[in-house]
Amino acid sequence: MAQTAEPIRLKFANEYPELGTGPISLEDSLSPEFFELERNAIWRRVWLCVGRVEQVTKPGSYFTRELAVCNTSILVVRGADGQLRAFHNMCSHRGNKLAWSGDYRVESKGVCRQFTCKYHGWRYALDGSLTHITQEEDYPNLDKRDYGLTPVALDLWEGFIFINLDPNPGQTLTEFLGEMGQGLAGYPFQELTQVYEHRAVLNCNWKLDVDGFQEGYHAPYLHTKLMNPEGRADFMTSGWQGSSYMLFGPHRLWTSSGGGNATLRPIEILLQAGLGGSFNVPDIGLREFPRLLNIKRERNWGADLFQIFPNYVIFIYASNIMFTYQYWPLDVDHHIFEGRTYYVPPKNAAERLAQEISNVSFKEYWLQDANALEACFGMLKSRAKTRFPLSDQEIQIRHFHKVVGDYVSAYVAERQNGKAESTNGIG
Amino acid sequence: MASDKLLPAEFSDLEPFAGQWALRAEPERHAKRLASTMAEMQAFYDAAFPRAGAAIEYLNQFDLEEMPANARNLLYLLYSLIQVSFPIEVWKQPETLDAAAIRFDRTDPE
Repeated sequence: MAQTAEPIRLKFANEYPELGTGPISLEDSLSPEFFELERNAIWRRVWLCVGRVEQVTKPGSYFTRELAVCNTSILVVRGADGQLRAFHNMCSHRGNKLAWSGDYRVESKGVCRQFTCKYHGWRYALDGSLTHITQEEDYPNLDKRDYGLTPVALDLWEGFIFINLDPNPGQTLTEFLGEMGQGLAGYPFQELTQVYEHRAVLNCNWKLDVDGFQEGYHAPYLHTKLMNPEGRADFMTSGWQGSSYMLFGPHRLWTSSGGGNATLRPIEILLQAGLGGSFNVPDIGLREFPRLLNIKRERNWGADLFQIFPNYVIFIYASNIMFTYQYWPLDVDHHIFEGRTYYVPPKNAAERLAQEISNVSFKEYWLQDANALEACFGMLKSRAKTRFPLSDQEIQIRHFHKVVGDYVSAYVAERQNGKAESTNGIG
Repeated sequence: MASDKLLPAEFSDLEPFAGQWALRAEPERHAKRLASTMAEMQAFYDAAFPRAGAAIEYLNQFDLEEMPANARNLLYLLYSLIQVSFPIEVWKQPETLDAAAIRFDRTDPE
């Protein structure tokens, strides 16, 4: 019976029959053993976005990123020669973390001429080479050339800085981003330099947080009062649907039409601004859409979510603002969420206030999302239920968990064949 | 001429709220909201909302980076008006609905 009914109603799943249509397991988000496999299968071998070029414009400017899932800290620095480089943030002498200030657990940034280890005063040039050993005469057989900082692969895409912890990455960044990277190239990211940062630690597996933004199905229900403060009766029953869902290798893109049936609030009318920033959309020089942006060339286009595997989301609004979401696992049960909002620099108080209401709105929505996610995760751990039905428009959740599973399976197969040890240094 | 007033003279009617609500950083404004009663926020909202248009016009004459301290306080007061608009216009309670368990602070800037 189900076989005859199914094809008529499935708008998106029919394009990706390999993903199936049945209930899925979320055991991959609960299992400590699976999480341990993810460290090597995913995090130590894929390209990870760690920042934007605007953070490191001058020679000597640097920032660090804590990658707890890989048990390391990464130092990104622009050299005297203008080159961006990444290193493990670790002194060659006895392993002290090299760049930090005050609290060694906190990420740091700044501008410097060289890096000096706090422990014994070893010094490194901006290109990572070891330039000074305190009491060098006590190391008669040491060649400084053998003790530079340990480099990490770094590459750029459209001003986004990516690193790869695999000493020999299996793909270039261009290959990894593939059609999705090409299809968004040319967007004027460099105009959106007013950035606000938000951060939270969540009691939830990182993948479930990714899932939270892979569908808009929840919006009219979870966020009903934010979107419909007057309580119109038709609001929740009219539902929600994205206008397009696309998959590109491990990456995903979904597109949402604009407007919807949300109601403006008094403060939004007063400021002529809301979640998406100012209603007077700033000019950012977007003369034509990159191929994948607003793929259907909708007149009423709203926003696109570009989901770059494994943990980076670029959320581009028709109102010429951008949000990015990023998820950094701490362990199987916890992760850090970083939410950044990007705008053209405000020229006056009115423009700054439009960005303020956008940011505060973003926080209100996000708080509801995050509390629901933690509530889900707490119950999933009961394992009282183990099979979860996904609607057609939740296809990207289906895809994401399949991709994660494929990476882990490939790694397990390699390890059984004896390859993984040599590339990941596990002995 | 030195003044003990927080706000520009044109907005002296909002002065009673400035000490409480002219807060520089988003986590401070959010914490103040959660620590306030609905009656306190309603009084602030009712006083500030009708003056917001004039305040924005006044503030727009300044460069954002070189704003006098009393003008900057007025801007912070408007940030707080946005903050309390959610309890007043949406939630009918200080907290975001069903969101009591998690903190999510803006870390940079203000």
